[in-house]
Amino acid sequence: MRFALLQLRDRGAAEDVVQETLLAAIQGMQGFAGQSSVRTWLIGILKHKIVDSIRKTTREHPLELTANETGSANLEAFFESDGHFTDPPGEWESPERALEERRFFEALEGCLRTLPKNTASAFMMREVMGLETDEICKELDISPSNCWVMLYRARLNLRACLERTWFRPGTSGAG
Amino acid sequence: MLIRLSCREASRLISEGMDRRLSFTEKFALRLHVGICDACTRFTRQIELLRRALKNYPGPDDPAQR
Repeated sequence: MRFALLQLRDRGAAEDVVQETLLAAIQGMQGFAGQSSVRTWLIGILKHKIVDSIRKTTREHPLELTANETGSANLEAFFESDGHFTDPPGEWESPERALEERRFFEALEGCLRTLPKNTASAFMMREVMGLETDEICKELDISPSNCWVMLYRARLNLRACLERTWFRPGTSGAG
Repeated sequence: MLIRLSCREASRLISEGMDRRLSFTEKFALRLHVGICDACTRFTRQIELLRRALKNYPGPDDPAQR
């Protein structure tokens, strides 16, 4: 539920998606051969339902993407005028260990929430659902280059946010 | 396209390289830059970790919820 909410940013839509997932799961019980855990299986169904829901919403209300989200204007804050990082990426301690910690994923969710809605949607379609960029462009009705800029902005923001909130330089990392 | 990239240009190509196939020139320029730039080397490693994290999203089971 939290996962759906983070992606859709709409409680009603998130509840619908979770219900549809459970229904689909009950109907597809035989399809579950037990190769994966029930949790992984349910999350797989949920991801599909979330993409469906985004498709439906974009069809009904085409996105009003602001130049802020697709342009490269506010990327400036990350770089000096000579093109160097304003705040160069620091060394992350034991990054692999973070992936085993529940709290790291909570920090990541906190960071995802700070992204503009459409940027977060595009980014999660790409990284969580594993869609190709051209599919995302089609869903959001934007050009590939706008899509790449959105994904780039999402990565710059998330990287900086995780460094601030989790991988605090000079500490053990587990914060 | 310039062969000598700034971190701004390089980091953008690093990110785009995760979403599309870079041209030969882009790859070459990127390799030259990342080879001598610690900040962009870290940037690459960190956004790759970000990708792995999101593949595993929502992360390990919360033992408290079992």
